[in-house]
Order: sequence, then structure tokens, then C-alpha cells
Amino acid sequence: MTLEIAVAAALFAGVVVYSIFGGADFGSGFFDATAGGARRGAEVRTLIDHSIGPVWEANHVWLIYVLVTWWTAFPGTFAAAMSTLWLPLMLALMGIVLRGASFAFRKYSATLGQAQLFGIVFAGSSLITPFFLGCVAGAIASGRVPADGGGDLLSSWVNPTSLFGGLIAGGSCAYLAGSFLVADAARSGHRGLAEMLRVRTLGVGALTGALVFAALVPIKQDAPTLFDGLTGRALPLMVLSALAGASALVLIWTRRYSVARFAVAAAVATVTLGWGAGQYPWLLVDEVTIVDAAGADATLQALLVAVGLAVVIVLPALSYLLYLTQSERWLRH
Amino acid sequence: MTLEALQVLLSDTPSGLLPARNQMALSLGWHIILACFGVAFPSMIFIVHWRGVFRGDAVALELAKRWSKVSAVLFAIGAVSGTVLSFEMGLLWPGLMGRYGDVLGLPFAFEGLAFFVEAIFLGIYLYGWGRMPPRIHLLMLVPMACAGVIGTFCVIAVNAWMNNPTGFRLNAAGEVVDVDPWAAMFNDGVWLMFAHMWVGAFVVVGFTVAGVYAAGMLRGRRDRHHRLGFVVPFVFATVAALAQPLVGHVLGLRVAESQPAKLAAFELAETTEQPAPLRLGGIMIDGEVRYSIDIPKIGSLIARNSFNKPVPGLDEVPEDERPPLNITHWAFQSMVGIGSLLALSVLLFWFVRWRGRDLLESRWFLRYAVAAGPLAMIALEAGWIATEVGRQPWVVWQVLRTEDAVTDNPWIWWSLAGTAVVYLGMTVGAYVVLRSMARRWRAGELDLPSPYGPESAEGVQEPSR
Repeated sequence: MTLEIAVAAALFAGVVVYSIFGGADFGSGFFDATAGGARRGAEVRTLIDHSIGPVWEANHVWLIYVLVTWWTAFPGTFAAAMSTLWLPLMLALMGIVLRGASFAFRKYSATLGQAQLFGIVFAGSSLITPFFLGCVAGAIASGRVPADGGGDLLSSWVNPTSLFGGLIAGGSCAYLAGSFLVADAARSGHRGLAEMLRVRTLGVGALTGALVFAALVPIKQDAPTLFDGLTGRALPLMVLSALAGASALVLIWTRRYSVARFAVAAAVATVTLGWGAGQYPWLLVDEVTIVDAAGADATLQALLVAVGLAVVIVLPALSYLLYLTQSERWLRH
Repeated sequence: MTLEALQVLLSDTPSGLLPARNQMALSLGWHIILACFGVAFPSMIFIVHWRGVFRGDAVALELAKRWSKVSAVLFAIGAVSGTVLSFEMGLLWPGLMGRYGDVLGLPFAFEGLAFFVEAIFLGIYLYGWGRMPPRIHLLMLVPMACAGVIGTFCVIAVNAWMNNPTGFRLNAAGEVVDVDPWAAMFNDGVWLMFAHMWVGAFVVVGFTVAGVYAAGMLRGRRDRHHRLGFVVPFVFATVAALAQPLVGHVLGLRVAESQPAKLAAFELAETTEQPAPLRLGGIMIDGEVRYSIDIPKIGSLIARNSFNKPVPGLDEVPEDERPPLNITHWAFQSMVGIGSLLALSVLLFWFVRWRGRDLLESRWFLRYAVAAGPLAMIALEAGWIATEVGRQPWVVWQVLRTEDAVTDNPWIWWSLAGTAVVYLGMTVGAYVVLRSMARRWRAGELDLPSPYGPESAEGVQEPSR
């Protein structure tokens, strides 16, 4: 493995982890939005608050990790993508800002009216962010970001691959969130709540799975390089993703929630990995390869030092946080 | 869009330059206040929480609980507004990131690690109340405080590099070669600039938090809760406010060597003078300084640490490399003026206290203490304006001009407007929520449960309203 590929792998590992953990946080916006009025939705919203409250900021940092590694290791392509995909990135950014702020504000709102206002902003921004990030991924994967930037500001992301990318991202987030929320609800003994979430999660999961495979039809025309990769090198991953996603549906159907979470996470991880493997060795598809995009060797080496430190420092701390939030002591409200 | 047309008419610079610079200034200027809380607040919470756990001080423990809830709100909007800056590096300045990303990027990677640590332990700390052994829970603040130090260093390292670019070479074809990211990170300017910002964070947070309790005392709430809530941050503010003029002075001495044009703008110096006067106030109109108060020789003393060394003037700088003068000068002098006032005021407080009088009994001092927080924020913003505007027209000093780094996106005025609206909304939201938290605490509520639903559903706690 060359230096460039090692750094690209570390970068993409961040994308995969963010799509799972960050995705699960954003996906809770779907269940918040569909929870119903103040009275009926109180239980779901309390669960969401409790579920993502301790972890969303840590999960969010994976995005920072991805951005920073991208611009440091592959600066030219970062600038090209940022200038071409300016609008969806700006909208995703707005979603990120509003989601985080309104989530914190809602938790400490004094009145129901305030909580409802912040709640609407929270749910809405949680829905749009994965969509626009998915559009960005679709634009890169369908070869619409020119190597020197300055691609079309609209058609670069308003196209079949991008739109399917956005919808798949949104659906995956909701499926993930549903599987985590239903498990939390069941473990803390909220049976009625778990049943309601179970049905919605099954619906979202089935729909998202269908979307992933339906997307292959337009992608064949719209993004042939990606299509060849997905049906070639990445085929095992796509098959694994289908198996994981389907078995997750079965597990949720049969109420084995704690295992189901891992199956959904595996489905999302493999579909994200499938995208990465599908567009390899391109960084910007049809434009720049990973090797050609890389910055100075000294910087790539230094970045691997940073990645090593992350493995030593961040992963144990993160595991501790996740361990605590999943332990019985923390489940009590 | 008339503004845009005006801008195009006025100059041949890219039409996005003005709004892009304003958007960066707005989002950076907003975030830096929150970043200060991320850096300095955990240490202050640690002190009161420590007293609560190890001295059995119930008042201190209650302060720690409240401050941790406040930090939940502040750190959330701090995290997202910091993310804005990460995006804006590319969305607004692709010419900087595309060309120099692999030179300047490394400190950001380490800052990412620090941010990770801070976010992880913040989550544990906030939700650990009543769910962890108290001593272990207290320890969760330590990694947060450490991450604040490292994070500050890393972010400042990038800014210091922009002012002292090193760790690369431009070859004959103008390409960036011989990149050494470690040399870029540990450039000559980084240590002093880091110290200046780190201490500045404690000045801002110390005075701001102390001011909240001074306001309470002004309204007659003179219990131990308010005294302790004032004294702990005020002690931090005292140490920081006294250290800051020294750090700032030593940092300033570098400017004469490394960025003479910036120093000339600080000092409003049209021509090189030896010895140079200290020019208080004043405004440059048509190449002439008016309405200033000049104190002979002191300019040389402050800028060069000598009564007769010259202070460089703008006449030594090519015309198209001169920074905007008046705004840089005024920002610089506001920072120095407010910083001096803050340092003198803490000296006065502790001197009078040593002589046996407590200024907390004085309504005038309390009023001043309330104002000190906003004043410290103004000083911080002024300092950033001075150094950033004083670096113009360069984004990377004498290497890359800002107009060559800016995006050519045609929608930057819209994004500036949108940014302003979102930040205004966040400011109002934070103010409303924090005020309501304080009000409910005063009314005797302790836990502040989240207010979902007008009545409790299955197993969900009823909001105690």
C-alpha cells in the first residue's frame, strides 16, 4: 500500500464511521418530525434527547476529521469540490449549525412553545443535512467535479446520481436512528414506544434498501465509472450490504433489537464502503486519482502520525463514552 | 444587488472579496467568543466542582452543576460555529486551501484530535452527574482543559503561519515545493501568539462569568453563591489580565521585524520616525494624521523596547501592499486600551482588598465588573481585527494575496446575508435560553427537565413547571 492510499483509507474510514454514528444522530430527526403533536410526541422526543445527547458532539467530530484530512492530504481536490459543490455544502453546513444549536436550545427551553420552535428547527435541519451531504457524494462519484474546480454550480449536484445519493443518505440515517432508538426504548422498558418505532423503522429500512438497488438503474447511465465499480470490484460489498440490511429487517421484525443495530450499521458501512471501492482509484471520479491528488509526502507521513495518535487517544476515549451510554446506570432518566 | 455593483465599480478586485471577508470576520468573530469558553470554562468549573467534592462545599457543587449546564449550551453552539469555519476555509478561500492545504493543514489535524477529546469528555461530564462516582466524574474535566490548550495552540499555529509563512519553498515555476508541515506548524510566531490567545480566553471568560454574579449582587443577591460565583472566575481573570499586557508587549516587539507594514498601521505611521511618538487616537485622512494625541518617544518604547529605535512607516511599503490604516490603528489601540484598563482594575481591586476594604460593597465597582466582560470581548475582537486587517492585502504574508485566495462564486453576498441571519438567530436563541435557565434557577428549580409535552406520557417525567 502506498502512502497516498494509506492516507486515503484513513480518510475514508472517517467517512464510514461518520455515516454510521453521525448518520444515526441525524436520522433521529425523521422520528422527531413524525412523532406527532406535543403530547403524543413527548415520549419519542425525550428518548431522542436522551439517546443522542451525550454522543452527538463526539460523533460530529468525525466530519471535522474528514474535512481536515481531505484538505491536508489532497488539497487541490478539496478546493475543487468546495468551489463546485458550494451550494449543497453551504446548505448542509446550515443544517449542521441549526441542528446542533436547536438541539441544545430545546433541551433547556423554558416553555413548550420554545421547545416546539426549536424542535421543528432540529427535525428539519436533521433531515436536510444528510440529503445534501449525499448529493455531494453523488456529485463526486458521478464525475461532476472538475479537477480544477469551477464546475457547474447547479447541475453538478442536481442530477440522478446526486439526488439518489441524497435520498439514500437520508434513508440510511433514518434506518440507523430507528434501529438505535427502538433498542433504547425496549431496553428502558417503553414497550408501546418500541412497537411504534419498530413499525416505522421497518418501513424506512425496506424503503432505503429498495432505493439503493433502484439507484443502480439511473447510475448506469448517469455515472458509468461508478456503475462499473459497484457491479465489479465493489460487488461483494453490495451483496453483503443487501444481506445485512435484509437480516436487520428480520431481526427488527422479530424484536431482536440489540443485534439488529449492528446489522443496520453493517448495511450502512458496507454500502458506504461499496461507494469508496466502486470509485477507486479515483478521488474525483474521471478527473483525478488518489495518487495524483495527493499533497507533499512529508505531509502525508505527518498525517499518518496524527491518525496513529487518534487510534491511541481518541478510540479508547470514544469507546469509554459509548460503553457508559450503553450501560444500565446511564439508561435511567 | 446594488452593493455588488458598487463594489465592482469601485475596484478591480474580485466581487466576492468584500462579502467573503465579512462572512469570515462574522463567523470567526462569533466563534472566538464561544471558543474562549471551551478553552477556559472547564478549568473554572473544575475549581468549584473540586471544592464541592473534596471540601463538601454544597454551594460550590451547585455552581459546578449550573456551569456545566451553561457549558452544554455554549459548547454546542461553539462546536457548530467552529464547523462553519472548517467549511468556510474551502467555501470562501479555495485559492488558499488548494494551494497551501498540505503546508498549513497539519495543525488542523491535531486540532481535530483535541476537539474529539473535548467533545467526548464533555459528553461524559454533562451526562455523568449522578451516574458516576463523584471523583471520577470530576476528573473528566481534566482532558477537556488539556484539549483546550492543545486546540488553541493548533488553531493559532495556522494563523501564525499565515503571518510567518515557512515550511515550504516556491520554485522558479511558482510551485509549492519542499513542504515541511512540522516547520510550518512550529513557525517563529506560534508560541507567543498562542500564549496571547490562551491568556485572552481566560480574560474574556473570567470577566464575563464574574460579571454575571456582579449583576446579581447589584440586585441585592449577596449570598455566598454569588460571592463564590464572582471570586473564582475573577481570580482567573486577575492572573490573565495581569499576564496579558506582558505577553502582548513581547509579541508586539516581533511585529517590527516580521511585519513592518502591520506595525505602521498599528501606530498610524505614514513615515518612518526615529524616535517615534505614541499616537493616541487620530485618523488618517489623505495621507495626513489628524486629531491624534502624540506622546514623544513612547511609540518607540512600546513597539521597539527602546527610546530611540525607529518605528517603520508606510512610506517603506509599496502602495499596493498597504493594509487599511484607520481600522487597524483603532482596533489595535482599543485592544491595548481596554487591556490596560482591565489590568489596572484588578490591581486596584486586590490592593484595596489588601488594605481591608471590599470593593464588592461598592455599586460603582459592581457596575464596572458587569461591563468588564463585554469590554474583554471587545478587546479580543479588536485584537483579531487588528492582526487580520493589518495583514491585508495578504492572506499569507507576502506570499498569497487575499484577492487571489477568494472564491469566484457569484452568490457570496447571499451567503453573507444568510450567515448573518443564522448567527443572529443563534445569538437570540442562546440569550433567551440562558436567561430562562437563570430565571428558573432563581425560582428554586434544580434539574431543568426538558419540556416535552404538556403532560407526562408513559414513564416520562413530568416537567416541573
